[in-house]
Amino acid sequence: MIEIDEITKLYEGTAAVDHVSMTVETGTITVIVGTSGSGKTTLLRMINRLIEPSSGEVRINGEATSALAKHELRRRIGYVIQGDGLFPHYTIAGNIGAVPKLLGWTKDKTRARVDELLDLFSMEPAQFRDRYPAELSGGQQQRVGVARALASRPDLLLMDEPFGALDPIIRARAQADLRHIQRQLGSTIVLVTHDMEEAIHLGDRVAVMDGGKLLQHGTPAEIIAAPATDFVAQMVGGVDRPLRLLSLIPVSEALEDGTADGEPIAPDTSLRDALSLCLWRGVEALPVADGDTPLGRVTLATIRARAAELA
Amino acid sequence: MSRSGMIRAACVALLLALVLRPHWFTPVFAPFAPAGGPVIYERASILSLSLSHLGLVALASGLATLVAVGLAILVTRPAGAAFLPLSRTITNIGQTFPPVAVLALAVPALGFGAGPTLVALFLYGLLPIFETAIAGLSTLPPATMEAARGIGLTRWQRLIRVELPLALPVILTGIRLSVVIAIGTATVGSTVAARTLGEVIIAGLLTSNTAFVLQGGVIVGLFAVLVYDALSLLETALTRRLGRQSAGAEA
Repeated sequence: MIEIDEITKLYEGTAAVDHVSMTVETGTITVIVGTSGSGKTTLLRMINRLIEPSSGEVRINGEATSALAKHELRRRIGYVIQGDGLFPHYTIAGNIGAVPKLLGWTKDKTRARVDELLDLFSMEPAQFRDRYPAELSGGQQQRVGVARALASRPDLLLMDEPFGALDPIIRARAQADLRHIQRQLGSTIVLVTHDMEEAIHLGDRVAVMDGGKLLQHGTPAEIIAAPATDFVAQMVGGVDRPLRLLSLIPVSEALEDGTADGEPIAPDTSLRDALSLCLWRGVEALPVADGDTPLGRVTLATIRARAAELA
Repeated sequence: MSRSGMIRAACVALLLALVLRPHWFTPVFAPFAPAGGPVIYERASILSLSLSHLGLVALASGLATLVAVGLAILVTRPAGAAFLPLSRTITNIGQTFPPVAVLALAVPALGFGAGPTLVALFLYGLLPIFETAIAGLSTLPPATMEAARGIGLTRWQRLIRVELPLALPVILTGIRLSVVIAIGTATVGSTVAARTLGEVIIAGLLTSNTAFVLQGGVIVGLFAVLVYDALSLLETALTRRLGRQSAGAEA
């Protein structure tokens, strides 16, 4: 558990981050979202003390971060930045193994971990281990950046606009990979972005910041359904709000018995995508099936009712 | 073999012949020697003069590299930034003093021989290395530097494992300039009795023997060209690995 307690950063008397408190539960993704200058990156960088707080403290599993030497603290916290920041003069194995090496792992143990991570990110170890970052595509470099941050099994992973430099298709894939890997490893992640769509899609919790203040901190559904301020409402995008809410609910939660014509959809499809399909196919209901097993159907009326009850 | 490879090999062969078998060149230099005078310099072996010449250059350039890179590291740290103007002034003075003047001033203190030459070459070599080292250390990719801090490298580890290796190709440019200047300038050292290839040139000037001047000049010139070339190759090899970074990032 990460506790951020009344943390403040002053620059020449102006607060970049102003008395922010929040708790990040172990094994969850918290996304800090805000416009540029909102203090979101400053807040993130105070967690691993790349920026020293003016007041307040951060505790990781009850232990104050100020109790450790900075470099030791950072070795326990994974850090991923936009544009990956890989070491161009190290091989991929050297990059991923950088923190284990600092922590004094044996060569065999580091090598095994590097291969394990490359496998996890669907990069063939034999093919990629000895290459240099410059020989990889942007998406591959980004994956190596995340693998490097995960190498020493850190208590916490900090990500600063990790997907900012990727094109939309590769970004969607990288987000899905991150979600998948996070579920698999049970990592605790704090991620900063300016993209509310990304925040809703990835976050178990979303924290909205503006002008150095934490405006709202809650589940994506709470943020969309009940924005605390006009600014948050604006961030979650006025007219798109019902659609964003629907995007959080899988069709498996709106199933009813019966059948419908057409190609069946998977139960983890979101209601938003189901709605879109109804409109596209010009039908009132869609069949839902898990592989070959029919589960029932989802109707336009149900989707409309869910949207109305959430708003 | 490529065209440049052939030229390189030819230059190396010519230089080796000039240093190891100077008598082969008697017919070449004979037209430039005074009637009845010696054609090939024989008062000392060309090989030993060459080794002593290169040794002096290597020592002076090595010291200049250590001091200049050390200073550049110091003034690119936050704590040392205040010393940047002072360091610039010092290295600039080293460059503006003509080596001949340094020799003249150093002889009373250090006596005749290699000492004054070493001082002159050292001072003269500082500036290019210092300036390129500052350029190399202050233009590192920001994302890489941020990541180096973020994953928990200490200041010292960042310097040794990240900053210096990444700045090395740029620093090497300065070293190359400095070494080539030193190879040429070292000849002047023979006016104060340092054992360098300048001895051959000066003997030629004193006895109006153009053959000696040519012999010494061609050898020094070939050394300068080949050392320059070798260091360029090393630099390209280092840059290629790092340089692909920018090309790859766009893909």
